[in-house]
Amino acid sequence: MTDTIALLQGFFGFSWPVVSNLAKIFAIIVPLLLGVAYLTYAERKIIGYMQVRIGPNRVGPKGWLQPIADGLKLFMKEIVIPAGASKGVFLLAPLLALGPALAAWAVVPFGPELMVANIDASLLYVMAITSMGVYGIVLAGWASNSKYSFLGGMRAAAQIVSYELAMGFALVGVLLAAQSLNLVEIVNGQQGGMFNWYWLPLFPLFIVYLIAGVAETNRAPFDVVEGESEIVGFHVEYSGFAFAIFFLAEYANMILVATMTSLLFLGGWNPPVDVAPFTWIPGFFWLFAKACFILFLFLWFRATFPRYRYDQIMRLGWKVFIPVTLVWLMVVATAMQTPYGYLFH
Amino acid sequence: MNKIKSFFSTFLLIELLKGMALTGRYMFARKITVQFPEERTPMSPRFRGLHAQRRYPNGEERCIACKLCEAACPALAITIESAQREDGTRRTTRYDIDLTKCIFCGYCEEACPVDAIVETRVFDYHGEKRGDLYYTKDMLLAVGDKHEAQIARDRAADAKYR
Amino acid sequence: MSFETLVFYFLATILLFAAFRVVTARHPVHAALFLVLSFFTGAGLWMLLEAEFLAITLVLVYIGAVMVLFLFVVMMLNLNIEKMRAGFWSNLPLAAFVGLLMAIEMVLVLTVAGRTIGGDPTRHAAGYSNTKELGLLIYTDYVYPFEIAAVILLVAIIAAIAITLRRRVGTKHQDPSWQVSVKRKDRVRMVSMPAEVTTAGMSSLPPDAQKEGE
Repeated sequence: MTDTIALLQGFFGFSWPVVSNLAKIFAIIVPLLLGVAYLTYAERKIIGYMQVRIGPNRVGPKGWLQPIADGLKLFMKEIVIPAGASKGVFLLAPLLALGPALAAWAVVPFGPELMVANIDASLLYVMAITSMGVYGIVLAGWASNSKYSFLGGMRAAAQIVSYELAMGFALVGVLLAAQSLNLVEIVNGQQGGMFNWYWLPLFPLFIVYLIAGVAETNRAPFDVVEGESEIVGFHVEYSGFAFAIFFLAEYANMILVATMTSLLFLGGWNPPVDVAPFTWIPGFFWLFAKACFILFLFLWFRATFPRYRYDQIMRLGWKVFIPVTLVWLMVVATAMQTPYGYLFH
Repeated sequence: MNKIKSFFSTFLLIELLKGMALTGRYMFARKITVQFPEERTPMSPRFRGLHAQRRYPNGEERCIACKLCEAACPALAITIESAQREDGTRRTTRYDIDLTKCIFCGYCEEACPVDAIVETRVFDYHGEKRGDLYYTKDMLLAVGDKHEAQIARDRAADAKYR
Repeated sequence: MSFETLVFYFLATILLFAAFRVVTARHPVHAALFLVLSFFTGAGLWMLLEAEFLAITLVLVYIGAVMVLFLFVVMMLNLNIEKMRAGFWSNLPLAAFVGLLMAIEMVLVLTVAGRTIGGDPTRHAAGYSNTKELGLLIYTDYVYPFEIAAVILLVAIIAAIAITLRRRVGTKHQDPSWQVSVKRKDRVRMVSMPAEVTTAGMSSLPPDAQKEGE
């Protein structure tokens, strides 16, 4: 392996840093986009099964090519730019939604050594980058020159900004427990079986983070952007590939939230039981399995819960989640100063 | 006490978990999807699908251009023009049904004194242009010729209720 | 010229361009977007100085929160662009003078006093965490200013809420916690009624029971 890298380094010479970084980026983006495609397939299948249907099964064997067909269809369609729209911003908005969803993956570790960049404040970086995703939504709503998409954009943006607070507070609990902003160190702080993972001592924060993650990605039951009964969302004026990019961004964000949840609360790449047969399995597999579990929960929620009313969403974010997280932060911070602080480490 | 109980059941998300248990159980339930082109649901002999014009066994068309169906049609989808044939019988020269107007109420079928216009069990047809769903007399007769056996069986099955 | 200098000039060019466009952009929303771009580039410059905590905080707080709300306001208000730009040329000399003065002050601060606050920042080893250093400094040497600033902000929050909080009568206000706490028995009364009434001619029932059924 090191020989191959040295050989490649000699071949590319001066441009090696650019080439190697591009290769790393591709190594993340391509599986991620494939993951997004098959997450849509899994979503349709799982929700279908829960509704006593069988879901897509026509394109390819067992419907495996369905996401490819969907993507192709959207790719072939025309991008309609509404009259009076701010054209530049209209086309920029989907990219502003997708960019942060992909950029956040730069610091996500897939194993103790397996990541693009191991920066010191990686958790903060993820928060900062994901907080920029809201621009795509606000600008899409505004640039469409339509009252409906504007109102939808405003609602979605207000929802995302509100739930970011609860999410941030939940993360502060993880910081307290791990005493580090570095994702690798946070995961390493959870070694030794599933009862050492942070979901147990930080249980309320785990639940809040999970639900806020659902709200943050505008998924059901918080998907007022798609709720045609209340209001149409920020992307009503989008068609074809511009719409597909919003779609990609939503699902990439879902995968990101699921991965972050498994890194922060479910021990990342640590096996659930720290004994022989489980420790043989590579850590990446465990992370993948945990992220899949969280994603399954997302789909399960969508198949189960009716949509929240908008004022209920805001009430839940501000009047329930933020107090709950604050109370539990106080509990954790206080307990840290007592002899029982080890319970929260 | 009740307040405390409801507080805990809210914060412990009891009802949400109950709901998830239900959907989780149904995930393993037997699926009821009918795989359409291969499997079809049972159909009534009175099914009202695509229209057809029938013929007598000797090949003579049944329609006598009485225009009762045209009068009965609530959607004004039927257009009939008639003329006298050389043998002295009255026949249609034009019998059009605009399927984009038709509401498939079956009144034309009921109005017909000679069982000429009928509705068949065919429902999976399509048109690629607007004009494709404007059925002329020839097209209707062709549909009738194609499905005559089924049509005759359906009439026979329904005859005792008329 | 090292790669880092190249990146610096690249970012600085974008920053200056974006800052210029903030003032000259025709549409207020575009101006706000250029402000976002200049914040982001500024964060990039800080990142170049290895001040990653400050850079990320700039993105998180200013781009992620402040500018979003700012954008909300700019979009919601139907600003009259012509009216806003009316005094542009007449105010330009004064504004240019103030700007020039600020620039001179900054140059003076950075060059004359540069030995103490400017100069080359010291390079730290890879394991150095300036987040930790900043935290230590804030919570030891500067704990009182920090706490006072926090209290001032809290007061501002409470004041803002107090100003906007109005008890209006007659609004069709809904109380979700009350709605949620409703139980089925508060709303629905289940009544047991026989689905079929026995009719005459059923031999299994005695005649008087048949009468009751009717």
